[in-house]
Amino acid sequence: MLRADGVTVAYDRHRVLDRVTISVPPGEVTGLAGPSGCGKSSLARVLALLLRPAAGTVSVDGEEVRRWRHRAAPALRTTIALIFQQPRLAVDPRFTLLDVVAEPLRVARRPLDRAERLAEEMGLTPDLLTRRPHEVSDGQLQRACVARALTLRPRYVICDEMTTMLDASTQALLVARLEEYRRESGAGVLAISHDTELLDRWCGPGSTVHRFGPAEPGPGQADATGGTWTRT
Amino acid sequence: MTAPSRLRVDGLTVRFHLSGATVQAVTDARFEVRQGECLALVGESGCGKSVMAHALLGLLPGNAEVTGSAWLESGDGAPIGRSPLLARSADNLVPRSPTALAASGSLPPVDLVAAPEEVLARSVRGRRIGLVPQSPATHLTPVRTARSQLEEALRELGNPASADDLAARAGLRPADLDRYPHELSGGMAQRVANALALAGDPWLILADEPTSGLDRPLVDATMAELRRLADDGRAVLLITHDLRAAEQVADRVAVMYASRVVSVTPAAAFFAGPRHPYAAGLLDALPSRRFAPIPGRPPELTRLPDGCAFLPRCDRASAACERVPELAELPEPPAPQGSGGRVAPVPDRQEVACHHPLEPLEHPLELDRNAAR
Repeated sequence: MLRADGVTVAYDRHRVLDRVTISVPPGEVTGLAGPSGCGKSSLARVLALLLRPAAGTVSVDGEEVRRWRHRAAPALRTTIALIFQQPRLAVDPRFTLLDVVAEPLRVARRPLDRAERLAEEMGLTPDLLTRRPHEVSDGQLQRACVARALTLRPRYVICDEMTTMLDASTQALLVARLEEYRRESGAGVLAISHDTELLDRWCGPGSTVHRFGPAEPGPGQADATGGTWTRT
Repeated sequence: MTAPSRLRVDGLTVRFHLSGATVQAVTDARFEVRQGECLALVGESGCGKSVMAHALLGLLPGNAEVTGSAWLESGDGAPIGRSPLLARSADNLVPRSPTALAASGSLPPVDLVAAPEEVLARSVRGRRIGLVPQSPATHLTPVRTARSQLEEALRELGNPASADDLAARAGLRPADLDRYPHELSGGMAQRVANALALAGDPWLILADEPTSGLDRPLVDATMAELRRLADDGRAVLLITHDLRAAEQVADRVAVMYASRVVSVTPAAAFFAGPRHPYAAGLLDALPSRRFAPIPGRPPELTRLPDGCAFLPRCDRASAACERVPELAELPEPPAPQGSGGRVAPVPDRQEVACHHPLEPLEHPLELDRNAAR
């Protein structure tokens, strides 16, 4: 179980998360819905150990996280994968697509041969793998990012608006690939999106979908604290 | 009787010459955008939509080769049913400036493909074509207030209207204009970008993925704004991958696949039962429908097949598909027009480039689509 407990995040004095608790159980899809600016991405970064919360705790399979970002234990960091909204901002522009997919293997000093097969499963042809980000479309680049995220077989995958930039067919394809991985590996998936129609479809019956409050709280409104419902 | 056309694209073709390869980005595109209508151009990422937008604005890089034509019409005097700039702003109706009139009213038609950069810079971009950008927050200069950017645009375009009037027209309060881009919410940044697009009082609004990364309420607001511009008598070309956004605002839908426009149909008919197998697949991929990707993948634009580019992914393919199908009008009577009482002055013919188009309503029709909302 990947779990955030009573997490608070503030940028300067603006509090975007106020004592939020969320659990991502293995083998399941958990949904997180809410409008732009409500703190979804901040929570994604906290759960991916990239952002230390001002208050609250995060635990991975019962073990409380004490170090964050590059100080976090490598084994812990590779347990959790994060897929970003904008693939173009999430890759090194000098890399080829094959470099992008193989990067986690290289960092972990493992053989690189797995990368090509993973990329192929994402529908990336050998020709595409030799290209650099500016030579491919958003959809092709995001496929490489999904392949990269799955390279080290994470136990938790956080998809932060993974398909917002993409057309319907590519969206359906990437979600299908994530679902295939989840079923085959027993990984837990956190699907974050403003698109409730997508989450309704992605998170099957019995899944939990958390919903965050309004993006820009007006006077008298509390900051996003979150509510939860379970789909039946 | 249909409204006059504002933009007539015919045979538009764009090639990028790279070392060792040629990218066929746009091939033989043909469509028109009429006064008062919104035409949505949809398709998978990488199909050539954005290149089309850049070609129309003359903003392609040097290694691009553009052929065909894209005529921006002169309008022959006062546009029909067109309210003057700022007609809706509260009390003071600001007359359109002589330069604005000259720029949009009495200039001869211009071919955007053949026109020299000088003409495009002086009398087209900003004056006759307004661009509603992708990601408005990054479109704005971060170190200047919205007001300063809006005033600069008005001054450069010779429009005597004040920034406040223009802002009011776009739904902003004067105080909002004194903020820097990072102090604007996504919705307000979008409205500032819209106000900038309108500063030269253009007839043709080119919206290039204006909703990318926005959440649903902001998409709704942006689409409502585009609809208002079309209802005002402007012609709107909306380029988007977001079919639901297109459904909200479009009068007609053009579908691009692998560099070609493969279908141009009235929006109501498109969403009820698209006739092109690719368009049907795209709609089927929506979460509200089958949520199933189209099998296979689009071909590389560097090596398009000789025949129909959709052939390998199509379950209706036959030997005839080895030949590229022309975009042709379907003989069947058109589906009934109009959604939500909106009457658009656009032709109701359906043009599809397919040897085996789907029959009307053959595609699983989701009549409960609206009920489900």
